[in-house]
Amino acid sequence: MDFLTILQVLDSTIRLATPLLLACLAGLFSERAGIFDIGLEGKMLAAAFFSAAVAYMTGSVWLGLLAGIAASMALSALHGIASITFQGNQLISGVAINFLAAGMTVLIAQDWFSQGGRTPSLTGAGRFNSITLPFAESLQSVPILGPIYHDLISGHTILVYVAFLMVPLTWWILFRTRFGLRLRAVGENPAAVDTAGVSVVGLRFAAVGICGILCGVAGAYLATALQAGFVKDMSAGRGYIALAALIFAKWRPWYALMSTMLFGFLQAIALRPDLIQNTIGVKVQVQLLDALPYILTVIILAGFVGKAIPPRAGGEPYVKER
Amino acid sequence: MSGTAPAIELKGISKAFGPVQANKDISIRVMPGTIHGIIGENGAGKSTLMSILYGFYKADKGEVFINGTKTEIPDSQAAIAAGIGMVFQHFKLVENFTVVENVILGAEDGAMLTPSIAKARKSLKQLAEEYELNVDPDAKIEDLSVGHQQRVEILKALYRQADILILDEPTGVLTPAEADHLFRILDNLRNEGKTIILITHKLREIMEYTDTVSVMRQGEMTATVKTAETSPEQLAELMVGRKVLLRVDKKPAAPGDVVLSVKDLKVTDGAGVERVKGISFDIRAGEIYGIAGVAGNGQSELMEVLGGMRTGTGTISLNGEPVDLTGKYSDGQSRRARGISHVPEDRHDEGLILDYTAWENTIFGYHRDPKWSSGPLMNNAAIIQEAEAKMQRFDVRPPIPTLKAKSFSGGNQQKIVLAREIEKNPDLLLVGQPTRGVDIGAIEFIHQEIIRLRDEGKAILLVSVELDEIRSLSDRIAVMFDGKIMGERDPETTDERELGLMMAGISEEPDKPAWKAVEENLEAVEHGEAPKHG
Amino acid sequence: MDKMPAWADVVLIPIISLILAGILSTLVILAIGENPLEAYKLMIEGALMRSAGWGYTLYYATNFMFTGLAVSVAFHARMFNIGGEGQAMLGGLGVALACLFIPWPHWSLAILGSSIGAALFGAAWALIPAYLQAKRGSHIVITTIMFNFIAAALLNYLLVGLLKPAGAMDPATAKFPEPTHLPTFQDMFATAETPLFRGAPANVSFFLALLACLLVWLLIWRTKLGYEIRAFGYSQSGAKYAGISGVKTIIIAMLISGGLAGMMAVNTTQGEAERLILNMTEGAGFIGIAVALMGRNHPFGVLLAAILFGFLYQGGAELALWTSIPRELIVVIQALVILFTGALDNMVRMPLEKLFLALRKKEA
Repeated sequence: MDFLTILQVLDSTIRLATPLLLACLAGLFSERAGIFDIGLEGKMLAAAFFSAAVAYMTGSVWLGLLAGIAASMALSALHGIASITFQGNQLISGVAINFLAAGMTVLIAQDWFSQGGRTPSLTGAGRFNSITLPFAESLQSVPILGPIYHDLISGHTILVYVAFLMVPLTWWILFRTRFGLRLRAVGENPAAVDTAGVSVVGLRFAAVGICGILCGVAGAYLATALQAGFVKDMSAGRGYIALAALIFAKWRPWYALMSTMLFGFLQAIALRPDLIQNTIGVKVQVQLLDALPYILTVIILAGFVGKAIPPRAGGEPYVKER
Repeated sequence: MSGTAPAIELKGISKAFGPVQANKDISIRVMPGTIHGIIGENGAGKSTLMSILYGFYKADKGEVFINGTKTEIPDSQAAIAAGIGMVFQHFKLVENFTVVENVILGAEDGAMLTPSIAKARKSLKQLAEEYELNVDPDAKIEDLSVGHQQRVEILKALYRQADILILDEPTGVLTPAEADHLFRILDNLRNEGKTIILITHKLREIMEYTDTVSVMRQGEMTATVKTAETSPEQLAELMVGRKVLLRVDKKPAAPGDVVLSVKDLKVTDGAGVERVKGISFDIRAGEIYGIAGVAGNGQSELMEVLGGMRTGTGTISLNGEPVDLTGKYSDGQSRRARGISHVPEDRHDEGLILDYTAWENTIFGYHRDPKWSSGPLMNNAAIIQEAEAKMQRFDVRPPIPTLKAKSFSGGNQQKIVLAREIEKNPDLLLVGQPTRGVDIGAIEFIHQEIIRLRDEGKAILLVSVELDEIRSLSDRIAVMFDGKIMGERDPETTDERELGLMMAGISEEPDKPAWKAVEENLEAVEHGEAPKHG
Repeated sequence: MDKMPAWADVVLIPIISLILAGILSTLVILAIGENPLEAYKLMIEGALMRSAGWGYTLYYATNFMFTGLAVSVAFHARMFNIGGEGQAMLGGLGVALACLFIPWPHWSLAILGSSIGAALFGAAWALIPAYLQAKRGSHIVITTIMFNFIAAALLNYLLVGLLKPAGAMDPATAKFPEPTHLPTFQDMFATAETPLFRGAPANVSFFLALLACLLVWLLIWRTKLGYEIRAFGYSQSGAKYAGISGVKTIIIAMLISGGLAGMMAVNTTQGEAERLILNMTEGAGFIGIAVALMGRNHPFGVLLAAILFGFLYQGGAELALWTSIPRELIVVIQALVILFTGALDNMVRMPLEKLFLALRKKEA
């Protein structure tokens, strides 16, 4: 493998890891506050559809992004009502949301566009286009660093940079602000927060809301940046993979960056069976490559890569004791 | 001081949870600068009343006056604003946060953490000096002893400028010496003019430390008196509504052969911490061997390993035959087959399946007994019939086997567990916290049943954190501290003071005040050093 | 004291939840510009008014009984098995291998063999997630979902490669031999004078599903194993106290669950398609979740809920045929049922409990 091919693979790693990273950070906010969210998948899917649909109809990808975030937030609100207000089972609520998104997106897509459950292709301002960072062209000739800067760091859509900036921002919010302290506390021991005179319900809804925004961006990225339009079930298990990455990351922002990069890398090489064949000299079944991220998820969950302790109050509705 | 308004005045407070009337028309006045006790049985409504005062529940009826001003307390925020602080029985601390993080939680100055923490550190230092409330501000809660965790709770309240401090059963988890320290802190606070409400079911604490006391029974306030003008007997009668025996009647024990022999038993928990550090003892037929100690010193792990819920190392034998401590035959089923019955410490999470009916619970753990099956199917009719008989014999109320276990009161739930375990006629009965959360009437019954089993020549291992219970039931008392047995004492010749010191891990050192030695020892334990034994 | 009578818990709450889901579905149909009344009429006519419609309804119900039972057995052990879909695919593989490679003399023997094959393969696919949950605490919800994806990849690999007959175009196995073909309802009940269930896929495996309902009921409420599964589900620490092995209970419950999900393939693969095709599950594994929740994890409830979903599925197919409403409507309804009977249970329950409490106070 030559240097440029490696750069290509890493470049597509970044593109494929971005939605995982956004979803993983979304899950991080929610789970750190004690709300498990299996519904990342559904929220991304709904956001993907509405961002593509609105971007197509208005011609503005920014309006599309807002629509995607709104759709994802609506499902977040549903999850919040079920699991916070009515103290329902968070897993079941998440599963319901995933089905709701899977069904509604196709139903509405068919009603609006009659193209078999997809949106028309997006072009021009209906998509997020790649940004060339300053001096990328002029520095391209610098050995090693030039191509890295030009091919790998420059040339992504704005959402990629947003996702990467979210990592330090998330860290800062969690560990350096009052909101972060309270958010972490409510995921560990909501009774402590409640008796300290802070609203558990308010904090958890805030966390679920942030989760909705980030899933919205992740979904919009899928349909308006990674691809040019919505197709049925296009989230393809990314929400679940993000959850596994979150466990792998032990609910920490910087680790989340690393674990989603790993999954992104696997997805990137799954797209290049030719490279694998050249490297290891054996033809690998394309189905095996497709299944690779899922198999890795299981391996990571099996704890072969270290034990993780989830937030202590995670998954349990907060009921004042009698 | 007739002109001073009471610090707290409640007028006609009522509160119902569904069909249960937890508080009925309760009125109370507490003067500033006093310690006011509230005493009553489990379920008398003490905690509900205080939760209303702390804004945790909303009263259905009634008014609250703080320093003479009518005050609405819709939530904890309002209670804190009104100068009320509360130390709950189960601490409300974030375990993996530091002390200072716990203290500022909800009382931060501004949106950034760093300045808040700096400010809190300064005032923690001040408070520590003022009230003997020393805690390392950067220690994690999970690394602190229970006594120190409680101090953090008090610091939380004081940091929020509380003038009124409510403590709910504060000594349940403390050694006598730690409790003494707590009451010295409370004394200091009272001398600074703070008002303290002490909720407890321990008559001794009320008599020794309070200025006034209110008695609650079945949601009602039955009396409020000056402590100096009452007696323990009178308070007990007010609590229960009838005269109660405060002592258990029993004949001297007639010990027979050794039933259980434990040698060099060690137990390590899931986190790799050694909880039982090589203990040895024997229990004979016809005696009750009581283990005293503060919760968390290895007693639970000892019970669990004997009951087959954990693995351990060392040797155990029952009637001379070895008992497996690991492997296939070390589980609860095997223990039961060997004639060991087990009344676990936690009946809600272990002894009962709360969502199972009473009859299903009467075979829990013995459900594989061929007696209850015909072919591959269980013989439900026979089980129900047997359950009915058991419930009659143990006076379980209501005696309806098809009712779910969660519908019974604490005392009746415990009777269901006891009926199941005692009726098996075991050689060895393990009993953990037999009367925790049980009303006084049922306590008498349960104690009598345990003694009856002893008199039938069975061996009984009793673990309890209630020193009074240990002293009145046991024929021999062992004290556990930090995973080891500190020594055995005869209940006739020992006293509370001696046992209390042993519970803190020390024997007497005459030239040092006892609490000082305890302090040093606890500090040593916290810092991972081996505790000193005097 | 229970807050409300048992019948309200078992009957009233599911019905109210169902009505709520129905109202929302009506709104969805309105929103996409169709007439809900017309739609419901079409559904009822297509699914219930003709014997052939019933033949489809009961065919789908057979699938949902198996997957619904699968989810509910796991639920009793507090395991959320979302892997019914993948376990059913593997079950299909078991059926295909049994039917293709063993020369059965008669369908009555073949159905025994294929049932065992389906159950074994389905159980095997549940084993790894079960083991990982029991031994290493890996979240079974995520692992079973991953195993759905992996099963799809595996089936894809086998059906475009090893198991595809030479020269065939579509990804499927060869047609199963004649003696393995199961009698349909038409074969069983139609006579020359009264043609019944014409062309409908309902077949003898419907009775297999009924038998499974009965056996699961006996297992859960009448055997020691069922007692242990439920006890473990209610309280893990309690189970430990009673000497009930958590690892064993999780694994056994999940094996039974996976086996039941796998047996769905007897109906679809042997009974209907008579060969193994790629999309043999048609989402039935997921519908099992809604069926189990709706049926309150009781086999009789599962039976009723399965028939209801069979009706919805067949009705949905009719809608897709005659109107512009796509089949995904059923996914939406399924989501709403899961939402109302599962996650929003308290929304219905809390007001009802208050109501019954008020009624009781009035009586007293």
